[in-house]
Amino acid sequence: MTPDELFQDRIDRGIKIEPKDYMPEGYRKTLIRQISQHAHSEVVGQLPEGNWITRAPSLRRKAILLAKVQDEAGHGLYLYSAAETLGVSREQMIADLHSGKAKYSSIFNYPTLTWADIGAIGWLVDGAAIINQIALCRCSYGPYARAMVRICKEESFHQRQGYEILLTLCRGTKEQKAMAQDALNRWWWPSLMMFGPHDSESTHSEQSTKWKIKIVSNDALRQKFVDQTVPQGEYLGLTFPDPKLRWNAARGHYDFGEIDWDEFKNVIQGNGPCNRDRLRARIAAHEQGAWVREAALAYAKKHEKRAAA
Amino acid sequence: MNEWPLWEVFVRSQHGLAHQHAGSLHAPDAETALNNARDVYTRRNEGVSIWVVKSADITASSPSEKGPLFEPAASKPYRHPTFYEVPDEVKHL
Repeated sequence: MTPDELFQDRIDRGIKIEPKDYMPEGYRKTLIRQISQHAHSEVVGQLPEGNWITRAPSLRRKAILLAKVQDEAGHGLYLYSAAETLGVSREQMIADLHSGKAKYSSIFNYPTLTWADIGAIGWLVDGAAIINQIALCRCSYGPYARAMVRICKEESFHQRQGYEILLTLCRGTKEQKAMAQDALNRWWWPSLMMFGPHDSESTHSEQSTKWKIKIVSNDALRQKFVDQTVPQGEYLGLTFPDPKLRWNAARGHYDFGEIDWDEFKNVIQGNGPCNRDRLRARIAAHEQGAWVREAALAYAKKHEKRAAA
Repeated sequence: MNEWPLWEVFVRSQHGLAHQHAGSLHAPDAETALNNARDVYTRRNEGVSIWVVKSADITASSPSEKGPLFEPAASKPYRHPTFYEVPDEVKHL
């Protein structure tokens, strides 16, 4: 067997690929693109929620939100580390994010206008992310799969705290419930877009499935998300902004309307409500932290010299 | 610009268990690596002790030599208790 055939055979037998193992260049490149994009999403994902830390309605909510945003930073770090095992440097990945060459999840280009948005993000955005990530725990690349296991364990509180925020609002005044409904109206469709284009339109799907980088198809994951989320929303007494949404007993699934793919493409191309803002904030944080990184390195070198003397 | 060196992080989860590899991180020196490891890998009381080791200081076996490296053990099934035949009537063996 050729090295590529041996590689495919290992994957078919369910053996994990580890950093120093042989792998085809395409496998390496696809993983670097996917893992770094995932890492960038965690890091940029801190921004919309960070917007509400100082304005959280109670100390309890503030402590929870701080812990959640700190988790997102941690998840970004696990994933950057996993990508680095493939031979790409942290600096290179960050440079690609800042230049716009690397993407991050489009959902974070939408603004958080009210406190209810923090609830909607936890419930819907983290809920969608969990469905995607649970599938990835079985991915063929060891370091990525292990990072996913860790992230999934930590992510479950993110979704629950979001649902609890909305539950509290829905049990509150008429205005508070309206705020929750407004958040659902704005976040529902972007959350469905998180699973990516239809299987028939997805460019890398076939090869990624063969390599077990993609385990479940976009449309199957999206259906799973709709099926488990709709009853949760009904419990809140909220209405989903989709007139075509209804239970289909024959299929055993919910039917739902078509996503506005023009909006999806437009946001990916950089024209969402907050694209420029998000990148500007990331670049500013990186540049303003440069002196800290340099000073810490200079300090470490000085002490190394002293210890050697 | 110089990138901070990479460190491997090992966490002992509870008394009596060995340290286990948790992941890696960048830090300028050992002390900072330890502090960062606490924040990145033990936010939920996962550990009672942390080791950090510079990744560059680890010598690893090569996957391509896996066959010859582990071959000596592969041919010695008699090192396992299941190799031996023991009648059912004989207990505590």
